[in-house]
Amino acid sequence: MIEEIREGTRDGYGRALLEVARQDKRVVALDCDLGRSTRSFRITEADPQRFFEMGIAEQDMISTAVGLAREGKVVFANSFAVFIVGRAFDQIRQQVSLARTNVKLCGSSAGITQGPDGATHQSIMDVNLMRGLPNIVVVVPADGRQAVEAVWAVYQMSGPVYLRLSRLQTTHFVPEDLPFKLGKAQVLREGKHVALVGTGPVLQEVLTAAERLEIEGVSAAVYNFHTLKPLDVELVKRMCSGFPVVISVEEHSVIGGLGTALAEVMMESVAAERRPVFRRIGIRDTYGESGTAEELLRKHGLDAEGIVETVRQVLTGRQA
Amino acid sequence: MDSDTLRKLTKRAWEIRLQLIRMFAHGKAHHFGGSLSCAELLSCLYFYKMNYNAKCFDDPSRDRLVLSKGHSVPTQYVALALLGLYPMEELRTIKRLGSRLQGHPDINKSPGIEAPTGSLGQGLSYANGVALAGQLDGRSCRIFVLLGDGELQEGQVWEAAMTTSHYGLTNVCVLVDRNEYQSQGAIDDLMGIEPIDKKWEAFGWNTAIVDGHDVGEICAALDRLDRKNTRPLAVIARTVKGKGVSFLENTYKYHNYSLTEEEYARAENEILRKLEAMDD
Repeated sequence: MIEEIREGTRDGYGRALLEVARQDKRVVALDCDLGRSTRSFRITEADPQRFFEMGIAEQDMISTAVGLAREGKVVFANSFAVFIVGRAFDQIRQQVSLARTNVKLCGSSAGITQGPDGATHQSIMDVNLMRGLPNIVVVVPADGRQAVEAVWAVYQMSGPVYLRLSRLQTTHFVPEDLPFKLGKAQVLREGKHVALVGTGPVLQEVLTAAERLEIEGVSAAVYNFHTLKPLDVELVKRMCSGFPVVISVEEHSVIGGLGTALAEVMMESVAAERRPVFRRIGIRDTYGESGTAEELLRKHGLDAEGIVETVRQVLTGRQA
Repeated sequence: MDSDTLRKLTKRAWEIRLQLIRMFAHGKAHHFGGSLSCAELLSCLYFYKMNYNAKCFDDPSRDRLVLSKGHSVPTQYVALALLGLYPMEELRTIKRLGSRLQGHPDINKSPGIEAPTGSLGQGLSYANGVALAGQLDGRSCRIFVLLGDGELQEGQVWEAAMTTSHYGLTNVCVLVDRNEYQSQGAIDDLMGIEPIDKKWEAFGWNTAIVDGHDVGEICAALDRLDRKNTRPLAVIARTVKGKGVSFLENTYKYHNYSLTEEEYARAENEILRKLEAMDD
């Protein structure tokens, strides 16, 4: 029996970074003393000269990355999501977003499934912060294979990107034959009663939830919004005409992430009488804590059972 | 260095001051103090030390000036206009809606502007990135970074100082415009930064302390870059905030301020008289 692959999106990222670095000498990576965890260190297998250890200094890393990018390098800047986005936000705002420089910001160990390190290290606001900045493409690959596709896609485009990566281990659950295109969401499962819209590795829980709902007679479609900016607005609009219930699922605060992005489109671009019932599943304006990934997903209603329960509540008209 | 060169560089500095005052005109808030204090520094960089082709300013082998104290970008605009990158009359459009000359540096709007700065503390890190790229590509251009003295309060400056020396980027050169004042008052009162030279030395740098209005001293310090160096160089230039206009000097009040029509005329007149004296 072939052993099933289980890995985090960070692992796919590391493989792909090595691939693009082998192919293109302009590719460089910087990290802040987390290179083995973020997997950015893998670039040294292609060329040790193109890995820059910046020490524990995220602000310096971002501005240095910008200098390299302005000299024609394709720069992958790495740290934990919570640090790269939080600690260096002003450098990202001024020198990456406003200046439109070709820096790929790679935020690793994102979300509460960062796990045991606890709330200080769990990034639940990074998508909110990055979505708020003009010019930045925000990408959240769902599994290791999709992370590889995402790296190639962001490498091939010129301009700033926020790539949200995770250590949560999943199988390669996104069908291999689904094309990956930045800004185009994917249908992971057809359905007719409810649309479950997710982003990132937590989609594996969403798919499991959809299977359980099927047994209960609820047909749930599952969408993968791997690009949160620019958002696949057309698909959101189509979804609204096709489903009476839409539920977003994200390992992020319900404020400012996927759920907010969907709500913005629904309120502005979908006529009131056609708007579906809408719920957001995510971190409800609070912080995480230490625990295993599984425990934390359960606690915040992000595991398959929690998602099923929210769907049941919405379908029976109870409050979420 | 011959006295003729020095005389020309000094005159350039005062020409920069004259154009600065003319571009600022009256009635609009501008960063007078820090723009006037660095005129000799920019004169010595653009008209003496830096290698570049003004007709081809994106040549990868050019020396670069990163204006980390981005609020002094008016001085850089004037220098670039004197080099022919902008028509002199365009200088007056500074800060106007639609102008190429933004209130702080914008690499996408303004030719000759090297680095996105304005929010302070980010220029030296940027310069290190340029130098690291040069190392990979076998380029040996120099990258000059102009820092404000108040800016040294930003922690990122010291992160970057560590990086420059850790990676041995001896082609990066820092100039500190030590004009003693920041936005709200005297630096020593608000948040002391001395001993500046000892700080840079502790981070692995060579230092030179010069009179920032004496072009001979500035150029001599910059010429140290031509020797074999194992450490990067930080030039601490003692300057006068608002230099050249008597009532703007040595005060924080005109850090970002607007002049009345009368004050403006007085300022222009003082600089013109200084320039006339040089011609005698």
